[in-house]
Amino acid sequence: MFAPSHFTAVLLFATFASVVFAITQRSTPKAMVRYGAYCWVLFVGSVIVASWAMWLIKR
Amino acid sequence: MASKVQVPAKTQESSPGFTYSALIVGWLVPGAGHVLTGRWIRGLLLFVSIAAMFWLGIAMQGKLYVPNTGDVLDMLGFAGDFGNGLFYALGRILDLGHTPVQLATADYGTKFIVVAGLLNFISAVDAHNLRIGRKA
Repeated sequence: MFAPSHFTAVLLFATFASVVFAITQRSTPKAMVRYGAYCWVLFVGSVIVASWAMWLIKR
Repeated sequence: MASKVQVPAKTQESSPGFTYSALIVGWLVPGAGHVLTGRWIRGLLLFVSIAAMFWLGIAMQGKLYVPNTGDVLDMLGFAGDFGNGLFYALGRILDLGHTPVQLATADYGTKFIVVAGLLNFISAVDAHNLRIGRKA
C-alpha cells in the first residue's frame, strides 16, 4: 500500500494535473511549460495558504 | 478562465478516416489520441501523468465507483472513474479498488482515480480538436 503524507499527495496531484492542463490548454511547447508551472504554483500555493488559514482559525 | 487555444476551425478535415477515432482511442488509452495525431511526446506525457494518477490512486486503496448504486454522489464518482477508459475496465475486472474507505490515504486515492478520469476526458477532447484541425 502506498501511503503518502497529505503534502506529498498534493505535490503528486499538482504535478500530474499541471502536465495535463499545460498540454491541453496551450499550443506551443514554450507556452505549455509556462502554463504548467503557473498551474503547479497555484495548486501548491493555494494549499499552503489554506493550511496556514486553517492553523490560524484553530488557534 | 480564458483559453488561448481557440482558433478558427478549418473548413476541411486535416486527415482522412474516422473523425472521432482520436477521441475514442484517447479515452480508451490516455495519450493515445495524441499519438494518433502524431504528437508522440504529448501523448507520452499525458499517458504517464494520467496512468500514474490512476495507479497511485489504486495503490492508495482508493475506491472504484460502480454504476447504478442509487446514490447521486456515487453516480458522479462513476462518471469521473469512467473517464479512465481501459484502466477502469481493468480495475473492475481485476477487482481492484476498495469499497469501504477507512483511511485518509484511501480517500486521497479515490480522488486521484476520479480526477485521472476527468483529466483523461479533457485529454481525449484535446486529441479530437487536434484531429479535426481546431487546434494546432
